[in-house]
Amino acid sequence: MAKVMADAPQKGGFSFDLCRRNEMLVKKGIQLPGFRKTGTTIVGLIFLDGVILGADTRATEGPIVADKNCEKIHYMAPNIYCCGAGTAADTEAVTDMVSSQLQLHRYSTGRESRVVTALTLLKSHLFSYQGYVSAALVLGGVDVTGPHLHTVYPHGSTDTLPFATMGSGSLAAMAVFESKYKEGLTREEGIQLVCEAICSGIFNDLGSGSNVDVCVITKGKTEYLRNHQLPNPRTYISKRGYSFAKGHTEVLSTKIIPLKVVEVAEADAMEE
Amino acid sequence: MSIFEYNGSALVAMVGKNCFGIASDRRLGVQLQTIATDFRKIYKIHDKLYIGLSGLATDAQTLYQRLVFRHKLYLLREERNMKPETFASLVSALLYEKRFGPYFCQPVIAGLGDDNKPFICTMDSLGAKELAKDFVVSGSASESLYGACESMYKPDMEPDELFESISQALLASVDRDCLSGWGGHVLLVRGPLKEEWTKSDICSTKNYSMLSDQRIMK
Repeated sequence: MAKVMADAPQKGGFSFDLCRRNEMLVKKGIQLPGFRKTGTTIVGLIFLDGVILGADTRATEGPIVADKNCEKIHYMAPNIYCCGAGTAADTEAVTDMVSSQLQLHRYSTGRESRVVTALTLLKSHLFSYQGYVSAALVLGGVDVTGPHLHTVYPHGSTDTLPFATMGSGSLAAMAVFESKYKEGLTREEGIQLVCEAICSGIFNDLGSGSNVDVCVITKGKTEYLRNHQLPNPRTYISKRGYSFAKGHTEVLSTKIIPLKVVEVAEADAMEE
Repeated sequence: MSIFEYNGSALVAMVGKNCFGIASDRRLGVQLQTIATDFRKIYKIHDKLYIGLSGLATDAQTLYQRLVFRHKLYLLREERNMKPETFASLVSALLYEKRFGPYFCQPVIAGLGDDNKPFICTMDSLGAKELAKDFVVSGSASESLYGACESMYKPDMEPDELFESISQALLASVDRDCLSGWGGHVLLVRGPLKEEWTKSDICSTKNYSMLSDQRIMK
C-alpha cells in the first residue's frame, strides 16, 4: 500500500525520498551537479506613473551559457510582475506558485491583486525554507494603493525601495541608479535608465549578458517589452552554413513508422 | 567526478520545417568502462512526443517509468494525449518536487503540438525549463554539442537535411567526449505532407497520417 501511495500523484510540497541516497553518493566522493542559475542583473524603479522592471536574458550553468535569451521577468498578476535571480528552478517555481495563489484569491474576492499580498506570500514561503529556496526577487506592480517596488531576499527578508537591483550584476546596475536616479522620471527617461542599468550589468558582470527585457506597469496598463534592446547580436553567422549531402551519415538501420490515421469519433458514430 | 558523468550521455534535439529530430549516443558506461553499446536514452511518450533523459541512467529509467505512469493516468482521465507543453510542465513539476534530493537527470523533450508545430525544451535536474526555437542539448557531451549545433544548425531544415545536421553535430561532439559515443540513435518525426492529407478535409486535423523515421546510424 505504501508503495502505491508513493507512486500516486502528490498534492504538493517537496519530496525528500532521494536525499539519503544522494548524501551517500557525496560520501563516496561523487560531486553533486551544479544547477541552472540565472547569474543575473535585474532591476526595478518607480517613475512618475508606475513601475519599470528590467532584466538581462542570460542563464548559466557554471561557466557555460545555457540559454542566451531566457525570460527573467515573471508574470504574477496582470498588474504585478516579478524579476527573478538565483537558481532558475526556484525563481520559476516560486513565482508560478504565488501567481496561481493570487489568481485564486482574485477569483474569490473579485478584486485586483495587491503587491503586498504577493510580497507576503513570497516572503513567507522563502522564510519557511530558511534560504534553501534560493530565489532573489525584484517585485513590482501598481495596485489601488499606487505603485510599489520591493526586493525579496532568499531568506525571506524584504525591502521597499524607489529603485532596486538584484543578482550578480546588482552592483554594476546600482552604480548607474545611484548616479542618475531622481524622483519623478518620465516613462521614456525611466525606460532609458533601466536599460542603461541592465546594460551596465550585461557588459561588466560575466554572469549577465545578451538582451534587455523591460516591463512597464502603470495604472490599468502593463507593457512587457521583450527584448527591448539587443546589444549583443550574433555576428559570426555564416550565410551558407554547413550543408551535408543526403546520405552523408552512415546509417546502420532505418525504421519508418507511419503513424496511424487519427479517427475523431463523429456524433452519429457514437450511437449504436 | 560529477554524478552526471557516471554513465555518460549526449542528447540533442533540433527543430526543422514542420518536423523535429532528437538524437542520443548509444553508450552506457560506468565511469570509463563501457557496459553497453546499444543503450536507449530516448523514450517514447506517444506517437508525437519523445523524451531523452541524460545523466544517471538509473534515475533516467525511474523517471521514465513515473512519466509513463502519469501520462497513462492523464490518458484515462482526459482521453487524449498530452501536448508537449503540458508534458514539459509535468516533467518540470516531477523534478522540482525533488528539489532537495534531485534525480540526476537532464531531460530533453521534443514533440509535435496540436497543429503539428514542433516543440523542443530542456531542463536542468531541478526542472528549470528552457524553451528554445532552434536546438537543445544535454549530457556529458553538452559543451561540445553547444558548439557543434551552434554552427551546424540552420532554420527551416527539411527532414532529410535535419537528419544529416543533427547526426553530424552529434557524431562530432561525442568524438570529443570520452564518456559518450558508440554511434547514435536518431529519431525524426514530421507532420503530414500536403499529399498525405486526406482529400476531404484539408483544413481540419480530423484525418491525417504522419510518418516518422527511426534510423540507427553507425
